Amino acid sequence: MTDTATTKKDWSSDQEVRWCPGCGDYSILTAMQMLMPEIGTSREDTVFISGIGCAARFPYYMNTYGMHSIHGRSPAIATGLALARPDLDVWVVGGDGDMLSIGGNHLIHALRRNVNLTILLFNNQIYGLTKGQYSPTSEVGKVTKSSPMGSIDTPFNPISVALGAEATFVARTHDMDRAHMQAMFKRAHDHKGAAIVEVYQNCNVFNDGAFAAITKKDARTDMLINLNHGEPVTFGADGQRGVVLDNGVATIVDVADVGTDALVVHDETAPDPSVAFALSRLASDRESPTPVGVFRAVEHADYGASVDVQLAQAQSDRGSGDLHDLLHSLPTWEVS
Amino acid sequence: MTSTHDGIAEVREVDRIVVRFAGDSGDGMQLTGDRFTSASALFGNDLATLPEFPAEIRAPAGTLAGVSAFQVHISDHDIHTHGDAPNVLVAMNPAALKSDLGKVELGGTVIVNTDAFEERNLSKAGYDANPIDDGTLDGYSVITAPMTSLTKEVCKDLGVKPRDAERSKNFFALGLVSWLYTRPTDPTLLWIREKFAGKDLVIAANEAAFKAGHAFGETAELSASRLAVRPASLPAGTYTNINGNTALSWGLIAASQKAKIPIFLGSYPITPASDILHELAKHKNFGVRTLQAEDEIAAIGSALGASYGGHLGVTTTSGPGVALKGETLGLAVSLELPLVVIDIQRGGPSTGLPTKTEAADLLMARYGRHGEAPLPIVSANSPSDCFDAAFEAVRIALRYRTPVILLSDGYLANGTEPWKLPDVDSLPDISVPFAHGPNALDEDGNDVFWPYARNEDLARPWAIPGTDDLMHRIGGIEKEDNTGNISYDPENHGHMIDLREERIAKIAESYPPTPIVGDADGTILLVGWGSTWGAITGAAGRLRRAGHKVAQVHLRNLHPFPQDLGPIVQRFEHVLVPEMNLGQLTALLRAEYLVDATVIPKVTGQPFTAGELVARIEEMVR
Repeated sequence: MTDTATTKKDWSSDQEVRWCPGCGDYSILTAMQMLMPEIGTSREDTVFISGIGCAARFPYYMNTYGMHSIHGRSPAIATGLALARPDLDVWVVGGDGDMLSIGGNHLIHALRRNVNLTILLFNNQIYGLTKGQYSPTSEVGKVTKSSPMGSIDTPFNPISVALGAEATFVARTHDMDRAHMQAMFKRAHDHKGAAIVEVYQNCNVFNDGAFAAITKKDARTDMLINLNHGEPVTFGADGQRGVVLDNGVATIVDVADVGTDALVVHDETAPDPSVAFALSRLASDRESPTPVGVFRAVEHADYGASVDVQLAQAQSDRGSGDLHDLLHSLPTWEVS
Repeated sequence: MTSTHDGIAEVREVDRIVVRFAGDSGDGMQLTGDRFTSASALFGNDLATLPEFPAEIRAPAGTLAGVSAFQVHISDHDIHTHGDAPNVLVAMNPAALKSDLGKVELGGTVIVNTDAFEERNLSKAGYDANPIDDGTLDGYSVITAPMTSLTKEVCKDLGVKPRDAERSKNFFALGLVSWLYTRPTDPTLLWIREKFAGKDLVIAANEAAFKAGHAFGETAELSASRLAVRPASLPAGTYTNINGNTALSWGLIAASQKAKIPIFLGSYPITPASDILHELAKHKNFGVRTLQAEDEIAAIGSALGASYGGHLGVTTTSGPGVALKGETLGLAVSLELPLVVIDIQRGGPSTGLPTKTEAADLLMARYGRHGEAPLPIVSANSPSDCFDAAFEAVRIALRYRTPVILLSDGYLANGTEPWKLPDVDSLPDISVPFAHGPNALDEDGNDVFWPYARNEDLARPWAIPGTDDLMHRIGGIEKEDNTGNISYDPENHGHMIDLREERIAKIAESYPPTPIVGDADGTILLVGWGSTWGAITGAAGRLRRAGHKVAQVHLRNLHPFPQDLGPIVQRFEHVLVPEMNLGQLTALLRAEYLVDATVIPKVTGQPFTAGELVARIEEMVR
């Protein structure tokens, strides 16, 4: 039974939301709850699976099926569910620690296999729930309780990692733009296969303002590079700045200096992820112009579909399994 | 009893023989032993086997580390173990002789491939002189055969290259041994033709070698007598020769059929469990989905996700994998979802002895999660019993909505025995219903669904995603009973701890009465679990024949214990527990029943023999 028209309220659980006042997760939750009535799937066919962390509390606030599991393991658990139940929409929600530290291995394999999942990575560049340690995406030099002399870890770029794992859908958005988040979530949901959306999210208690330089309303025009399929990559109020590939390295230029024809034309569907990877390297900090939008969206058989093809093939080759025949499939003899 | 046969050699009838094939890893000893076993099974003998592989895929040729052996115990009556000491050793090279001669009973028969006993091989095996003629083999009945050269000779005219012909020497050995022990030859010849179909030269070489070995036995003047072992009188029925991992795999499939839900196996290859993954991967036409996960944790995680979705989630591994799976097991305990975790135990600790057997994971199964996280434990006691144990593990997982640990070991996994096939129609229906609708009323009198409400088994409803109106969230955080809402309330936590404990304890209500084999009114009770069943049964029989009053209890369910076990163990003067660890079941029995149970430990990577148990028990009760 599919729901007839639903509202944001129908998708919101009755649980009191426990995130800190001012947390970026609120706006992500609202964006999701408002999007869901448009998404086309019923509540009973929707499942949110999370690991551990602030982001991982997300399932409790959605009036769908949900599992709050263990740290880092949600992509693996979700893989089992997605393969067993291709009829469900399976979302995976986690933070930068859950998905890239303890969960890094499971994340890259879910992406590599192209399991039909929609993975949301809330990146606040800190460990919130455990009160402020640095994370795999924290900048070098970050001073925290576990790095009093500054972090010496080189951080991951989640988009680069996802493209390195050859994920078939990769996008980035941020918690200050509801419409953009909804557009990204919808496209990720509609993608058949593994889709990952990195969401820049503000932790106002332990890492306030981490993304302000690029996501504040008045900064976006000059600091966010919107990737639009089929269009040259430009940004700025008059589109005066653009991106070229200089020996394979994405470089920011003034369009006037090089001409529009020299600019990279964004192709989400390029079979090889190399150009998308180059684009993902544009910003190594949150103070520089940063690409957002859909980096890659290619069609490959999703893992569950391939599993089911083999099951169907086996069935058609050998007929439905017969238990009696199975038990008698090795040489037998009679004792009378 | 002797009789003339062919007028050439006498045939002496014995009630059993134990044959051990040993050679270099590449010599085909597993195949040879397996074929000898198969021929014997089809002939109607009862038998039990012990394959012994080295851990390395291919140790340097000719070395002791590379010795691979296969021991088979063949009998005309009901036997339970692979035999105490071999009567016969087939040594294909010096390393095999060096490694295994000490196991052979005095006066036993040693068959050697003389071609392999040359200087380099002798030196690699650590021999200064050739043991064949320096007195090492005095006291044994020795049969020498130049197997390699005779094999090459007989293959010469077939167009087979000498290098390839050499590989067929194991079939020469098989032919010789088949003649000596009057095994039927047709099954082997038929098998060769089927197995190597399309490879005519290979068939020709193997057939020729086999027949040459058989003929050698007949024509060479061998001093050993031929032995014959009559068929055993086993209960009537259809039999197949099965190993534990295959029986276990089929038990899972049978259980999933009878539960009417498909299997989802998440698994990571690990010795000695990988064959279950291989076997289940072959049966996609039963709707079995297998995922070779990226690691042990993803293996159990994906299985748990599938159970959440209403499939039968299964994961298979050995000791090191169970250690990795601990946190996810704890989550399954908290979520109260069905899950079958199969541990094919092997020598530990750490990497330990991957290809050797041990049973030292019981306490890990019992306590290997942080916090109070009880779960039921089932174990298998013979290769064919792995089928029933798997079925029982699934039954419990489904009915009580709980993870279950099923314990087997390397000995059962790879050992074989004849198995009387069950009638599939008589296997019970073990399906459980999914939740469909509200099951409670809230304070305003409205219908609600409580994911942690309880039935008379104290089990919660299994509400799978996709079910209308039952949307709810579950997690590892402590939850309020009935509603399932997150709760840090102290009394609720205490209550939930007790409740989880009680739900698992109640599983014992579903067990049949515990069988006591032997003298229930005697003074000695042998309590065992797992693969020790064969050796304990054999030992108990011998002890009784020697005049002792011995009772035997073998546990299938290790947690919760059967409700009638306490009174049983408490009434015997001697409660002895043979186990392949330092006393894990012993510790559990002592703790549970305040009984002075004593362990008979063996932690050497080898199974018990009935003989050694008899000796140790007699020592202990003197």
